[in-house]
Amino acid sequence: MKLKLADVTVGDRLPELAYDVTATTVVLGALATRDWRPMHHDYDFAVNRNGVRNIFLNTPNQQAWFERYLTDWTGPFGRLARMKFRMRDSVFPGERMVLAGVVEDVTTDATGCGWVAVAVELSADGRLATTCTARIAVPTTDDDNPWRRRGDNWRP
Amino acid sequence: MSSQPIPDEVSAWIGEHRYAETADFPVERGYLWTSCASVENGNPLFWDDAVADEITGGPIAPPTTLSLWFRPHSWQPGEHTQRLPLQVHFDLKEKLGLPEAIMSDSEVVFYEPVRPGDVISTRQVLRSVSEPKTTKLGTGRFWVIDVEYTNQHDGVVGVEVFTGFGYRRGTSS
Repeated sequence: MKLKLADVTVGDRLPELAYDVTATTVVLGALATRDWRPMHHDYDFAVNRNGVRNIFLNTPNQQAWFERYLTDWTGPFGRLARMKFRMRDSVFPGERMVLAGVVEDVTTDATGCGWVAVAVELSADGRLATTCTARIAVPTTDDDNPWRRRGDNWRP
Repeated sequence: MSSQPIPDEVSAWIGEHRYAETADFPVERGYLWTSCASVENGNPLFWDDAVADEITGGPIAPPTTLSLWFRPHSWQPGEHTQRLPLQVHFDLKEKLGLPEAIMSDSEVVFYEPVRPGDVISTRQVLRSVSEPKTTKLGTGRFWVIDVEYTNQHDGVVGVEVFTGFGYRRGTSS
């Protein structure tokens, strides 16, 4: 798959990704990001020290979920440039996590690089947990490849 | 305490490069695959060397693994105090007397791709500390910390910007 800039229009909705979060999801995500903090694997610590109702997904792993979601859509030629996150609530085992995105901007910069801005919401059992605004480069033509850009030609 | 003035020591940290360090180990593919597996990321850039050769000139790391290389081992011989990632964040908690903290916002900007075998270095820069604020969590202060990352060629591979909120529980309005 090779999403190109001409394929994208402001207002386009990305296909939703739904995933049933388990304790394993949380712990695997924490260990994959080398995050040994107990609130991401120790139920007693999470509840009695942090005052939340269970262990919860850590931020770096949520970033990885957003990356996966965005590049599932663009294909491997999509090159992430910038992601901004706002953590509003936690994601706990037993919840259904849904990522849903909408295209907010489609532009080409002075170097000819094609850019798409996407707003993504990550919800857990229908409760908004995290928002992400992402800027991602996609090819402008069949021959274009944003990954070849270096130095001043890469303006994230 | 959060109602007291910001200590001079903390004010002096603003704009200062702190905790420059080089990762304990080079970027390695095992962790990259574990990261992809944790979110079921099937992007062929990370799994198919022929695709990586064609598109990115060889294997690269998923961009969001940028900070992975600086999270300390959970234990290592000879180290008796636990090192903490984003140490400036924890320094602020201690110096400002705020026992709890969350990260409310973060932004990451990606530059040169990170590749297996790269040795990544980093440094932390405190950008600001707010006046006392009260949220549903409690009363405390917000702070902004930049974390800059470079590869072994001094090429910038990324910058993370974190907004933290340190607070005391039970003092919310």
